[in-house]
Amino acid sequence: MSVPLLSCRGLQIRAGDRCLVQALDLDVAAGERWALIGPNGAGKTSLLLVLAGARPAQEGTIALAGRPLQQWSVEQLAGLRAMVADRWIDPFATSVQDTVVAARYRLGAGAGASAGGTGTAAALARDCLMAMDCLPLADRDVRYLSRGERQRVALAAALAQETRLILLDEPISHQDPRHQMQVLQVLQARAGCTYIGALHDINAAARFATHALLLYGDGRWVAGCAATVLTQETLSPLFETAIVEVDTGAHRVFLSHG
Amino acid sequence: MSRRAVLQILGLAALLSLLGALRFGSVDIGAVALLEASIDLVKGRDDTSLAAALLALRLPRAGTAMAVGGLLALSGALLQSLLRNPLADPYVLGVSGGASCAAMLAIAGGAGAAAIALSAAGGALLALTLLFALAHRALFARDVLLDPGKDSAILLTGVMIASLSAAILSLVLSLAPDGRLRTMVFWLLGDLGGATSPVLAALALLTLLVLWLVAQRDAAALNLMLGGDLQAYTQGVPTTRVRRRLIIVTAVATGMAVALAGAVGFVGFVAPHLVRRVVGADPRHVLPAATLLGAVLVLLADTVGRCVAAPLQLPVGALMALIGVPVFIWQLQRP
Repeated sequence: MSVPLLSCRGLQIRAGDRCLVQALDLDVAAGERWALIGPNGAGKTSLLLVLAGARPAQEGTIALAGRPLQQWSVEQLAGLRAMVADRWIDPFATSVQDTVVAARYRLGAGAGASAGGTGTAAALARDCLMAMDCLPLADRDVRYLSRGERQRVALAAALAQETRLILLDEPISHQDPRHQMQVLQVLQARAGCTYIGALHDINAAARFATHALLLYGDGRWVAGCAATVLTQETLSPLFETAIVEVDTGAHRVFLSHG
Repeated sequence: MSRRAVLQILGLAALLSLLGALRFGSVDIGAVALLEASIDLVKGRDDTSLAAALLALRLPRAGTAMAVGGLLALSGALLQSLLRNPLADPYVLGVSGGASCAAMLAIAGGAGAAAIALSAAGGALLALTLLFALAHRALFARDVLLDPGKDSAILLTGVMIASLSAAILSLVLSLAPDGRLRTMVFWLLGDLGGATSPVLAALALLTLLVLWLVAQRDAAALNLMLGGDLQAYTQGVPTTRVRRRLIIVTAVATGMAVALAGAVGFVGFVAPHLVRRVVGADPRHVLPAATLLGAVLVLLADTVGRCVAAPLQLPVGALMALIGVPVFIWQLQRP
């Protein structure tokens, strides 16, 4: 078997005196799409930050492309993985186009050339904006976008970073129903791209993800194929509420029945 | 207006205000005399004419004024970006407070100009060391990427150091001998009267150039850091290193400016603001433009201060605010 793109061994993540994740072993192969599922505060964002290298784990090791995470430089990491956070800080006026072009920082000054500039960076930024259905916003000020629009701009910026792995923190939390599906379909259609994403919408997760990691928030976790892990028997105790599974023929639908 | 045009206009403005500063004063030098005097000065003679003698006095002062303005505007632009706070100015970290305290103590003790400047620099360094020691966690920790308190920890520590300095300052002022109070007040208002050394002026301009180059190298990284450390980090910016380096740049710039001219307020706050309205928020464009504008503003303010009530000289800091505040408010009123 080839080297997994990302693997964790014995990972422990604590927040204060709470143990969120205990002894996590995880192998994510290239092309897989993992959904992180769990109740509020279960450690989904913390795990994503640890996997991104932005926060140290209390115990355990993480390897990216077969090499320990801490042996990659910050610049190299930016070429391997992108992250879409669930909050944005926009203190000054900046155009949508500039925000997406700036995400290509690791590629040097040429790629980050000023707004409206020539060359591939601007063209690529436009492609990414188009993919996320925000091309008409290109010249708008990011501060005055709606939350949903701002979120899609952040997704476009992550695509513009051109990485094999994208970490997603609630990537569709602000999207309307049409854009929820559209965003996930665009991500899914990108050849060879690997995703690890926290998702609250179990139905979106069930359609998007190939694998799922359930986090209980007390250290326990369950990982496996989405089809076997996402069931009413596992999800009901996870969320401590009754969840029933309905087969519509086309796909499975989960209903909260608490 | 294109960003290149803005820089060209500011460069021209710097040249014109330099010529104006050399020409005008308690005695005006005509254009021809100015040229002749410059040639004399280049040949190393400043005793051939009154113009040459005046030029030998005005040139270092003008150079110092430009350096001070540039240094303060550069550190203001850096701090506003680093702290993601448009209200930040170079004095907010308490570095100038430390410099002022030390300078006041030196003046109270009867020190000369050089000793005052040296102790101001020492005071700035002391305040900076204190800031780094106290805001250690926020500046060096690995695990604070999402901590919203991080920026405010640096800011608040700086504000506290500034307040402490202000307290010590008032004690020194209240205990100082009457004869020295005038010197002290002038120093605190920002005064270029002591800027007579061509070596110091050249050194200050050189420092400004070096600091700007260091900052400009990090400008693209700083641009990403405007969007938060987490985003910048995942996009390839070693945020902690960049932040530390730029904080040192701002502290050295502020300390140097305060040591040379006392506490010249306003320019570090307003120059980046005005520039941002024209070239946008990207530090790659803001840093050079704000630095140039700061140099122009302080030089103009000092020239006006030397001329309006000649032979009296008004403190540049007060003039700076008198000219700048209306301009800034007018700018804010525009849609």
